[in-house]
Amino acid sequence: MVTDVSASTSHHSAPPRRVALFVTCLVDLFRPAVGFAAVKLLEEAGCTVEVPPLQVCCGQPAYNSGDRVSARAIAAQVIAAFEGFEAVVVPSGSCGGMLAHHYPSLFDDDPAMKAKAENLAGRSHELMSFLVDVLGVDKVSASYRGIATYHDSCSGLRELGIKAQPRQLLESVEGLRISEMKTPEVCCGFGGTFCVKYPEISNAMVSEKTADIVSTGADTLLAGDLGCLMNMAGKLQREGSRIQVRHVAEVLADMGDIAPIGEPEGKR
Amino acid sequence: MQSTAHDFKENVGTALSDPNLQDSLAKLKVGFSERRRQAAERLPEFEVLRDRARDIKNHALANLDFYLEEFERKVTALGGHVHWAPTAADARRIIGDLCKSAGARTVAKSKSMVAEEIALNEHLEQLGIAPIETDLGEYIIQLRHEPPSHIIAPAVHLTKDQVADTFHEHHAPLGFTRRLTERNDLVAEARYVLRQKFLEADVGLTGANFLVAETGSSMLVTNEGNADLSNTLPKMHIVLASIEKVIPTLEDAAVLLRVLARSATGQESSAYTTLNTGPKRSGDLDGPSQYHVVLLDNGRSAVLGTEMQDMLRCIRCGACMNHCPVYGAIGGHAYGWVYPGPIGAVLTPQLIGMEEAGDLPNASTFCGRCESVCPVRIPLPGLMRHWREREFERHLTPRPVRQGLALWSFLVRRPKLYRRVTQLANRLLAMFGRAEGRYHTLPLAGGWTRFRDFPAPPAGGTFHAQWARHGGARIRP
Repeated sequence: MVTDVSASTSHHSAPPRRVALFVTCLVDLFRPAVGFAAVKLLEEAGCTVEVPPLQVCCGQPAYNSGDRVSARAIAAQVIAAFEGFEAVVVPSGSCGGMLAHHYPSLFDDDPAMKAKAENLAGRSHELMSFLVDVLGVDKVSASYRGIATYHDSCSGLRELGIKAQPRQLLESVEGLRISEMKTPEVCCGFGGTFCVKYPEISNAMVSEKTADIVSTGADTLLAGDLGCLMNMAGKLQREGSRIQVRHVAEVLADMGDIAPIGEPEGKR
Repeated sequence: MQSTAHDFKENVGTALSDPNLQDSLAKLKVGFSERRRQAAERLPEFEVLRDRARDIKNHALANLDFYLEEFERKVTALGGHVHWAPTAADARRIIGDLCKSAGARTVAKSKSMVAEEIALNEHLEQLGIAPIETDLGEYIIQLRHEPPSHIIAPAVHLTKDQVADTFHEHHAPLGFTRRLTERNDLVAEARYVLRQKFLEADVGLTGANFLVAETGSSMLVTNEGNADLSNTLPKMHIVLASIEKVIPTLEDAAVLLRVLARSATGQESSAYTTLNTGPKRSGDLDGPSQYHVVLLDNGRSAVLGTEMQDMLRCIRCGACMNHCPVYGAIGGHAYGWVYPGPIGAVLTPQLIGMEEAGDLPNASTFCGRCESVCPVRIPLPGLMRHWREREFERHLTPRPVRQGLALWSFLVRRPKLYRRVTQLANRLLAMFGRAEGRYHTLPLAGGWTRFRDFPAPPAGGTFHAQWARHGGARIRP
């Protein structure tokens, strides 16, 4: 795969080249391919990618459950793990939003830590946004045969403005056509611990989402957040759908031949 | 109003299995949000107006004592009376006394969520005074003895057929014996029945969208004109409003009106916008001879100066619930009290207590759609998170959640141990899930697998294990 960055980056003054990947806990545990796809996309855009070993989770489960003490401790750990990198790239709008928007608010009573959190926030980017908005990537060379529909995950969309970037890159994927949902911006019902704390509501929400997905006629569902993807994949599969579910980075990195989320390996 | 917020989870079950409700919600979800979107797009300065609306309300809240007293001075100078009600009980007593002093047998009411909040109808009935709801939606649910399910569309949970049945049952004794099925016919029949009640009413009671300090006016917007009949025909007009409704000037009201109707129904402006400024003056052709404003606090002043203050900016447009996927799934009644949806999830714990309404701020995915449409930019997910923090601090978070969090947090804060545990979990999940690629049931994950399959990770280990194994080399799995 060759990523054409030479022409389009000329108007950016020296984009960051040494970047750290924040893998995210879900990608680490359930879908390592997303991490490798991110590495591939970043390297082909001319970056050197490092994966700081002390990173774990961004702390959202604690933060969103009201456990501010744990959230602060975890945030401090993440801040330390990513010190010194020009850019921190996250293949998730939700975790990216946590670093870029919420960390500083955890340290309102601690100016030194707040400054560090703000510094990290300024260096943190969601993967699609980093590729398109910072590095100026405007196409990839990947191929994927099929019709895909793209779900706009909530945090990426509303906290980070991720909407056009993945679609722009997907346009350049050979053989791929996009068929939009009626309401791609409506929440899929995942919501972290919400989906197990209020399973009936979550189920009603994801059922509506899968109906919208199915009505597009797409054979592939893409999104930029693994939590949402696992939720929608799990529901589609429970409903007996054959729609393949993948993280958008996998398709962009020309890794569309690996088994879809929740499907056994060795089968496409 | 009696709260059932404590039974949120049971309420959810009831709502999800109610086919009429689900029919109604399906329409609401598309209709309101589409109309709001179009209205916002037609007005280039809409986003700037939202900023100004937020700033106006922030300024009013920062100087609330000043503007309330200014409002009182103006109302008094006009010959009206302002009554201060610290609690719901005070407001009920004040209004009851006023109605008795007017010798009232019936009170014509236009829609007021604050009246719901203080359970005014029940109180008036106990006094032998008949409250007549004159807003069509409120009238329908009054006939059915139901609480409102939406702050601007109180009967939005009902289908047309249900309304037809209700009218048929209640209007037949009045001589309307035919069961109507057409929307316009139903409205016409309600209009005829209600018109008689306006003429008979001794007191008119309305809420207020805004209280304007510089003029002492209360401002009301409706689409039915019922408020205008409620406040001009009877001899006494009582305005019931909560204290955060006060704004400095008419100029400010103009800004707020421009975002209110667009956010609520997608209209440029509601059909009727009415200013009530004191009682009937000599020479006026009509109007009430007595004009009273009851200002309700009921826990609101305690929010001032706290991290929760932003909730008081609310202008009750309903956009947050119209765009909320949780509200869209369960409707308003499941929230269990007066204010449903995202704004209800932050107001209700404040007004009736966290112990009673603790589920509400938790039942959100934090999708942020509410905040993205709020005309006064209330950070609703952030406020819900503050409630969760207060619950956690006070040990009101359910024990299994606390224990799970504690264990998870213990591991996350020890990255090396976390790696070993997750590598083991990854290996087991990959191994046992290999054949199918997913799980239909999984221990400790019943909330998930009851409705969805759980994807198994592929073989090969966690990302970090693979990365380390290859010395950080760029391999493909």
